[in-house]
Order: sequence, then C-alpha cells, then structure tokens
Amino acid sequence: MSKQRGANILFSLDWPVLVLYTILVFMGWLNIYAAVYDEKYTSIFDFGARYGKQLAWIGVSYIIIILIMASNYRIYSVLSYFIYGAIILLLALVLVAGKESHGAKSWFELGMFKIQPSEFAKFATALALSRFMSAFEFDMTKIKNLIISVGIILLPAGLILLQPDMGSVLVYFSMIFVFYRQGLSGIFLWLVVMGIGIFVTTLQYELIVVIAALVIVAGVWYLALGKNLINSLIGVGSIIVLSGIFWLVNHFLLDDKFELHLLIVAASAVLTPAVLVYSYIKKDWIATFVMIGLIGCFAVVFSVDFVFHNIMTAHQQTLINVFLGLENDPQGTEYNVVQSKIAIGSGGFSGKGYLQGTQTKFNFVPEQATDFIFCTVGEEWGFVGAVVVIGLFVSLILRIIYLAEKQRSAFARIYGYCVASILFFHIAINLGMTIGLVPVIGIPLPFFSYGGSSLWSFTILLFIFIRMDASRDELL
Amino acid sequence: MNEAKYSDRKFIIGGIFCTIAIIYIVKLFTIQVMDSSYKLSAESNVFRRVIDYPARGLVFDRNGKLLVYNESSYDVLVTPNAVSEFDTLDLCNILGITVENFRTEFKKAVRYAPYKESVIFKQLTKQRYSTLQEKMYKFPGFDVQKRTARRYGYPYAAHVLGYIREADTSLINREPYYKAGDYVGVAGIEKSYEKELRGIKGLKIYVVDVKNRVQGKYKDGKYDSAAVVGENVTSTLDIDLQVYGEKLMQNKVGAIVAIEPKTGEILALVSTPGYDPNLLVGSDMAINYPKLVRDRFRPMYNRAIMGCYPPGSTFKTINALIGMHEGVIGPTTSFPCNGGFSIGRHIVKCHHGGSLDLISAIEHSCNAYFCHEFTRIIGDRKYGRADSAYSNWRRRVQSFGLGRKLGSDLSQEVNGIIYSKDYFNRFYGEGHWSALTIISLSIGQGELSFSPLQICNACATIANRGHYMIPHIVKMIGKDSPVDARFYEPQETGIAKEYFETVIQGMYQVCEMGTGRSARVPGVKVCGKTGTAQNPHGKDHSIFEAFAPMEDPKIAIAVYVENGGFGATYAAPIAGLMIEKYLNDTITRKDVEQRMFNANLMNIDAQMKN
Repeated sequence: MSKQRGANILFSLDWPVLVLYTILVFMGWLNIYAAVYDEKYTSIFDFGARYGKQLAWIGVSYIIIILIMASNYRIYSVLSYFIYGAIILLLALVLVAGKESHGAKSWFELGMFKIQPSEFAKFATALALSRFMSAFEFDMTKIKNLIISVGIILLPAGLILLQPDMGSVLVYFSMIFVFYRQGLSGIFLWLVVMGIGIFVTTLQYELIVVIAALVIVAGVWYLALGKNLINSLIGVGSIIVLSGIFWLVNHFLLDDKFELHLLIVAASAVLTPAVLVYSYIKKDWIATFVMIGLIGCFAVVFSVDFVFHNIMTAHQQTLINVFLGLENDPQGTEYNVVQSKIAIGSGGFSGKGYLQGTQTKFNFVPEQATDFIFCTVGEEWGFVGAVVVIGLFVSLILRIIYLAEKQRSAFARIYGYCVASILFFHIAINLGMTIGLVPVIGIPLPFFSYGGSSLWSFTILLFIFIRMDASRDELL
Repeated sequence: MNEAKYSDRKFIIGGIFCTIAIIYIVKLFTIQVMDSSYKLSAESNVFRRVIDYPARGLVFDRNGKLLVYNESSYDVLVTPNAVSEFDTLDLCNILGITVENFRTEFKKAVRYAPYKESVIFKQLTKQRYSTLQEKMYKFPGFDVQKRTARRYGYPYAAHVLGYIREADTSLINREPYYKAGDYVGVAGIEKSYEKELRGIKGLKIYVVDVKNRVQGKYKDGKYDSAAVVGENVTSTLDIDLQVYGEKLMQNKVGAIVAIEPKTGEILALVSTPGYDPNLLVGSDMAINYPKLVRDRFRPMYNRAIMGCYPPGSTFKTINALIGMHEGVIGPTTSFPCNGGFSIGRHIVKCHHGGSLDLISAIEHSCNAYFCHEFTRIIGDRKYGRADSAYSNWRRRVQSFGLGRKLGSDLSQEVNGIIYSKDYFNRFYGEGHWSALTIISLSIGQGELSFSPLQICNACATIANRGHYMIPHIVKMIGKDSPVDARFYEPQETGIAKEYFETVIQGMYQVCEMGTGRSARVPGVKVCGKTGTAQNPHGKDHSIFEAFAPMEDPKIAIAVYVENGGFGATYAAPIAGLMIEKYLNDTITRKDVEQRMFNANLMNIDAQMKN
C-alpha cells in the first residue's frame, strides 16, 4: 500500500513545476556565488561563505520537498487552523523575545540558526484562508464571511506590522487576487490595480500632478459620458490628442515656457467646478460624490505632503520612512536605486559574463545577495538573462494557476491561487524595486535571494500545493 | 459553488501578471539596451586609473656635460574621507602655504570626490618632503606621490633648453595623450623634442570597491602598460662656449649664434638678457614667469631666432657672390668710389677714394662698389625688366637660407623679411621702379631683415664654399639614434666655389687689415665681415659675422649687439673672443675680454646720452 502510494506520487508529481523550481534555485545560487565572489576564496563548499550556506539550505529544501511529498495530503486541510494558530503565537512571541536587527524585531535566534516567523506566516495564512473559503456554506457576498476572510489576513499582517516589517505586510494585499477569483466584485480588483498604477506613476511624477491628471480624465469622461461608451472614449481620446498638440507646441515652439505639471493642475482646477455644477444640475449624486472625493484626496495629499516636508523634523520623517518600510538612504537621494539601475543598465544586451560583474561584486549595490540579487542577473547576464529569469517566473506562476484550475477540491484551488498571488507579488515588488519602478521595499526574490528562512518558506508554500495537486483525483 | 461561474477570471488574473511582466521587460530594455549612460556610470564607479609617470629624458651638451636632469619632488595627496583630526597649522608650515590656501584646496578635494585621492599640493621640495615624511603619521588621509621636477645644471642657455609646464586645457583637448597634471615642454629643446623626452606614460587600471579600496587589477592587468622612460638627448651645444658667450654679452641686448659649418650643428645660441632656467621650475614658476614676461628687456624673447635685424654690410658678401654668379662682375671688376655713390638724387655715402676691386671693396666695406654692382644685377638685360631680375636675385638670396625659415629644430624661428617683386610693384607701380629705387638693398639696409641665426647660417654657407647644412640644436637621441634626415642633406646655393674663394679672401682681409681687425685671433686665420644695422629707434646695432679657420672652417658665428654702434665696436671683438675660446680654449687678449665683460649698454642713462 505504502509502496504503491510512493510510486503514485512520483508518477503524478507535476514535473514542470519541479524543473522550474530547480532551475530557479540553482540560478539563484549561481548569482549569489557571483555576488559574493572573491578571487581569493573560490572553494564552492566553503560553508562560512554565503554561497556555501545557501548550498546547504538548498539541500535542506529538497529534504523538505521529499518530506512534503511523502506526507498525507489531507493533513494540510485538517491542520490548517492549527498551523495558523501556532504561527500567530510565534509572531506574537517574536515581538517579545525576538532579536532586533535593522530596527525590526523579526528574528528568533536558536543557537546558530536564525528563523524569521513572518516568512512562514505566508503559507500558514494561505492554508487558513483556503480552509475558510472552501467551506461549503462560504459565500463571498455575505458580509460576515468577507469580514472573517479579511480578518484571517489582517491578524498576521497586523502582528508583522508591529515588528515593523512593512515589506512583508504588503505581501498580504496580494490575496486580493484570491478574493477576486472567489467572487469578489471586480471593482475592488480594479481599485487595487489603479491604486498600484497611481502609486508607481507617482515615483516618476509628483502625486499632486497624477491626481490632477486623474481628475481631468474622470471629469471629461463624465461630462462626455451620457451613459455612452463611444462618447466617453471620444472625450478621453480628444483630451489625449489636445494635450499632445499642446505639448508639441510648448516643447518645439515655446521652448518649454509652460511647466506641464502646473498646467495639468490648473486644468483640473478649472474642470472640477464645471463637473460639480453639471452633476448637481443633473442631480447625479454619485458623480458629485466622486468628484468631491477626488478633491478630498487632492487636499489630503497636499496637506500630508506639506506636513511631512515642512512641519515634521528630519528625525520624524525618518521614523515614518522606516515605518513604511522605505529603506533608509545613507548616501542621499535614492542611492540604492541609482546603484541598482547602474548595475543592471551596465549589463547591456548580453551582460558582462558570469563573475565579470563589477558593480555587484564590489558592493556598489547594497544587499546584493539578498534583496538586490536581480542586479547580478542584470549585470552579468544582461537583458537576455533578465528576460529569461522573468520568463521562468511567469511560466511558474501561470503553471500554478493552470494547475489550480484543474483542482476538484476548492481548498486546493484556493490554496493554489494563494501561492500564485504571493509569488507574483514578491517577484513584482522585488524586480520593480531593482529597476526603479517600485519604491525600495525590502522583500526577497523567491528562490533567488540568499537566506534559509525565505527559501524554505517559499519551498513549503509551493510544494504543499504540488503535494495536493499530485493527489487531485483523490481529493474532493 | 462558484468555480464554474468565476473560472474565466483566471484569464484576467493571468493577464494582469503577464502585463506587468511585459512592462518590466520594456523597462529593462530601455535601461539595458537603449540607454548607454549606465555603462559609463558603472565604469566611473569601479575603475581607478593609476598613471605611472616616466622620468623625463636628460639633456647633455656635445661633450657629454649634463645640462638638464630630474630631481625628486613630491605631490601631496589627500583622501578627504580618510582624514581625521590633525594639526592644520603644523601641516601648512611644512608645506609652506597659508591655512586659508590649504582650506580652499581641501574643499576642492572634497568637492572632487570624498572617497578619492586628489592632489592638494604640487612639487614639494626634497627638504620640505623630509620634514613631512617624519611627521606623516600625524596626518592620516594624506599621502605623497613621487614625481620629478626638472633641474638645469647651468644657470644659462635658457632659450635653447626651454622649460616645461603643466599641460593646459587647450593642449589636453588637442592631444589626448596629455591629461591634467601632465608636464609638457613649451619652449626650446623641451618643446622640439617633447615626444622623445617625455617617454610614454604607463597606466595601471585597478578595480575598486564601493569604499574605493583596491580589489585587484582589471582583467589581471591585460590593459595595463608599463611606463617607458624618456630618451636622453645630446645637444649640439658646447656649454662652455655658450656660458662664455652669455658672459660676454652680459649687460648688453643682443644675440650670438655659432654653428659648426660642416654639420650645421649649433655650438652656441645666446640671446641676452637671458634668465636662469631654474626660475621656471615647479612651484617657483608661478612667481617668476609673470616677472620675466613683464621685464622691459623681454628676457624670454629669443633674439637669436626671433629677432629681425637688417643685415647691414654683412650682406655685401652675399651680393658679391650673386653678382659674380650672374656674371655682372668678375673677381677683378673695379668700380670708382669718390666718397659715395650718386645717381640722380640718390647718394649713398662712402669714405674711400679712387677705384676698388671686389676684394678691397669687401675689405673696406665700400658702399659705392656694391651700389654699382647692384644696379648691374637688377639692370641685367637677360632678365628683361627690373622686377624679373629682382625675383632672380631674391631667389639667390634665399638659397643662402636668408628671409625664410631654415627648418631647424628650434621652434619659433621667424621668416625674416625679403619682399617679393609684387610688394614693390604694388608700392611703386609695375615698371616704375629700378635698382636705384631699392638701392639700399645693395648694402643690406632697407627692406631686408634677417635673424642672427640666418646670418650665421649664411656665413657658414660661405665657409662651406657653397652649401649649408640646416642648423640644428640636437645631435643625437638616446645612445646613437640620429636626428631627422633633413639635417644631413647639404643645401646647395648653386654658386661656383671659385667665387666663394674671392669673397673669403676679402673677408680674411677684413680681419687682417680691414674693418674687422678687432676680431683677429693670434695664430688663427679668421674671415669676417662687419655690419652696422640702421636703427630708427636709437643707436645703430653692431653686427659681425665670421668663420675660422679660413681653410678648414670649424666655427661660423654671427654676433648682434643692439645699440652697439659700428660692427667693429662690440660685435667683432666678441666674435673674435668666441672663436678663440672655441678653437684654442684659452684667451690671449685678456684686456679685450675684460672690456667686453664690463661694457654696459643696458644702462638707461648711457643710452640717453647716445
């Protein structure tokens, strides 16, 4: 019986995922080796060096995989609340007994081992959420169910926020995809996507300008709408064409006399009262409400910005930045991002060659073996290598979604989506940070970054799903 | 259950993931492939280029005496971030600068790069360096880089040797070899033989980490190069003769050029007033250079090659040769001289009676004789009009190296003045001028102007009986490499040797019993010719050209003494002494020597009286 099951597991194991996992882990190891490579010490099995340790941890991960694959698939569903509870306890405990480093209490030190419970909280939360959502009577439209689901996420997130480790907290927002898949209204997903879009755009432009631009688009959309999609598209389209013409005239004929930012703000200032009056006359209260809301945003952003820069002391600003998980900036504006972009940008199309990277090897890039490991890829393997790595990650995630949809058990499917969302969020934030599309938030790149806790937690997260998938025909 | 109902949402979720992946790939493409600025930033991050400065080549005189050498000097470097508290005043005292000066330099270094070394003080002398070395431990973050400073073995020959200074921006832009802080020769041999003397800088590329700590050589030194020491250069100068010449010319404004006729090697090139070349070394240059430039006697101006003077009567030798070559006179042709030459309203005064032949005319420097001869040259029927005859004459004059750059290895050589026929055609109108219009040219006055080097070269041409070797100041590069091939090519005048013998006979008589008797050297047959250049600004310039010995010339010399009066007064005795010094190395006429040493023509009062 037992022997037969072992053979079944090998037969029904999803090999593409295991292959992708293995490639990513070893590419990660090669890059860690390159990042800390020193011509004087070249022994691969030097367990004092990071690449030596990482090799040991990779070995342990494969043992973890074997253990998970050998385990009974039912225990995860059965034990999910128990595991969740244990992790919540650990998260509470770490706030009291944890070791403080970089201003956050995130680690337990057990002899020579350091363990970061927040890493393991991800799969525990995913299990608990899947268990709750897969219950037969669960209905997303019932407000009580929704509140409990959100509560399952917010409890660990809140505890991690107290450490504080904003980067790890943000990961829990990735669950929006799981909620959406389980029937949450698409509006919420779009709000989140738009929010992220605006957030990312503000890295390039001032927030006020972005909001003002939004007001213009929304206002024109509304005025031209008349409940007609064509009209609204014409409205938005003409706005784009007009601003394009204006930009050309301003740039080529007026020598950039007008500052574009100011003009956008001015245009929104003119448009907003017009929309308000129109919607009031039409007695369209929703539109009025939205417009007032946007103006409110504008005011809040403006005042927050003002308070932050003009009233708070430098020390208070630093505290806020640390709380928000924005890494402190030792050498002035965006030193980390600048160096990270230099490293990646200098790689060119085909890279400098393995172990030939200079920016990462000589510590110009901070945290080059952990959070900024992608810089080594970009510098030594170039655009080609970076695209290959992104391609591997995307393949893995799409494969997980594909497998999740094949599950007959709701628990396994929801858990699959949790895995895909968490991985996606980690990858997007981490890569975005290295190329300057996302602010610097310290979270690791799954399977790549140096660190045992992170590697093991992602391995556990992924292979619990693969274990369930291997038995998907039995699981109901 | 909801799975069937919401199953399509997998496409939206997958779509969002893929869209973001594509945005990232586009961003990666822009920074990695489209924008090359990141590559440059990466290089400036990581490479530290260390230049290995080679020692500049030495300069020797023709007898192997060391003229120019190098002395250790030290640049003080600072790495601002490595500096901790130190006694600023103490350091400033050692360096010999004020605290304010030090502060500004230090701020510059901080602005340049806090992690990188930059030079804060240049060319520290040995003495100050040894003091600094003892106390170095007190000044963390400071370091010393060994450089070399140029030193000149004799306080003479400044114009010949030249000087070096830091390359300026325009040179750096023009010639990429030079970088800020490099030294480059800007005058004299230092300039002409810059490429040989400077050697080749070595370069080591180190890779540094974020703290600017060296991590090793870039690609194991694949792109490194070793410094090549500059070549030594042997000058043609005889430093003893040069020093003697400068001493004879002290307190006089003028120039001496001495050439070995057979080779064209310049034995001495004096321009006075001169200066001690050591004044323009290292940090002293900043103080002394403006002083020298402002001096009203212009000591930095090399009169020997840049000064332009009418040749005066020395030019008669050239006209005699051209006349004989053109067949308008023969060695025995005589012209009457009755105290001058007058045709129409032209009168060129002279001081002889009766009739003279060519040799006596040279001996006595008879103006009338050469006026007659010149009217024959320009009036020569075989050339038709006067302007064609003039052109032919001009070409002949230029074949002696007069009125055009000789192509020596001295930079700043001037052309001199000898106008083409167009000048006179423009000035007088075509066909409206004749020999009489330009009669002053016959006796080396008027529209003629040559440098002392050119006159000396013309004299060497006579000594060689018909050709000259292009004068040059450097004999040999390194141990045995010859200089440029052009210096070994005889430059022919095309005038027959026998005509030269006639003129040389005349020049010999000049020194034996004519106008140049004061140039006579006991036991040596000296041939010479006096000259007096009219000077519209004051007293005439005293000129003398000579070569000796007559049969086997070893030295040709031209001496110019500004405001020295007749050629015989100063120039001839100085030339004689120089010849004696060079040929015999002992001076028999000590009284003449003393008189020349003591003569002071730079005294303003003395000049006013004249």
